Amino acid sequence: MSDLTVIISTILIATGILFNLFGCVGLIRLPDVYNRLQSATKCVTLGTCSILLGVLLRYGFINTGIKALVAIPLLFFTATVAAHALAKGSYRFGIRLGEKSIHDDYKDEHDQDKKE
Amino acid sequence: MLEILLYIQTGLCAFCLYRIIRGPTIADRMVGLDIFGILVVGICAILTILTGRTFILDIGIAWIILSFIGTITLAKYLENRKLNE
Repeated sequence: MSDLTVIISTILIATGILFNLFGCVGLIRLPDVYNRLQSATKCVTLGTCSILLGVLLRYGFINTGIKALVAIPLLFFTATVAAHALAKGSYRFGIRLGEKSIHDDYKDEHDQDKKE
Repeated sequence: MLEILLYIQTGLCAFCLYRIIRGPTIADRMVGLDIFGILVVGICAILTILTGRTFILDIGIAWIILSFIGTITLAKYLENRKLNE
């Protein structure tokens, strides 16, 4: 393992943590559930993938690095699917959009589902 | 350097805890829990490099799947549906 690899992997991990920080600030600051979900899920998923990429670079393509490589697509699929399910569930539960939101694309589909 | 990054990453969990404790509705708490699960995977990845024990990354991979199952279950509960639908 050369010095350059260590430096690049540390930079990748720092970038990932910066993205995580932006996502968590969005989780605190944004006004309603859907905004929070969107901000936090996108930023935190990308940031954690960057951290795992740093681990892959640090260890190379041996068993530990391959485990990190496997975790990246797993995280991409599961985190996004879970966020979509959560958004749909909270809409059906009856949580309205925030006061400043002006457009609701899901409303028509939701009403149609309710009629059936 | 990595220790500082680990401290920052752990401190980010406090943001999620704030949202879990404070969240006005039940969905806010679930969002906080979901994000918390993903942050722990990052902690596991950094700990793998710091300690050199590679089984911690396995714990991270297992945590991804468990967090997914937990969030899907909570979403189903919000939709007021049975778990086998």
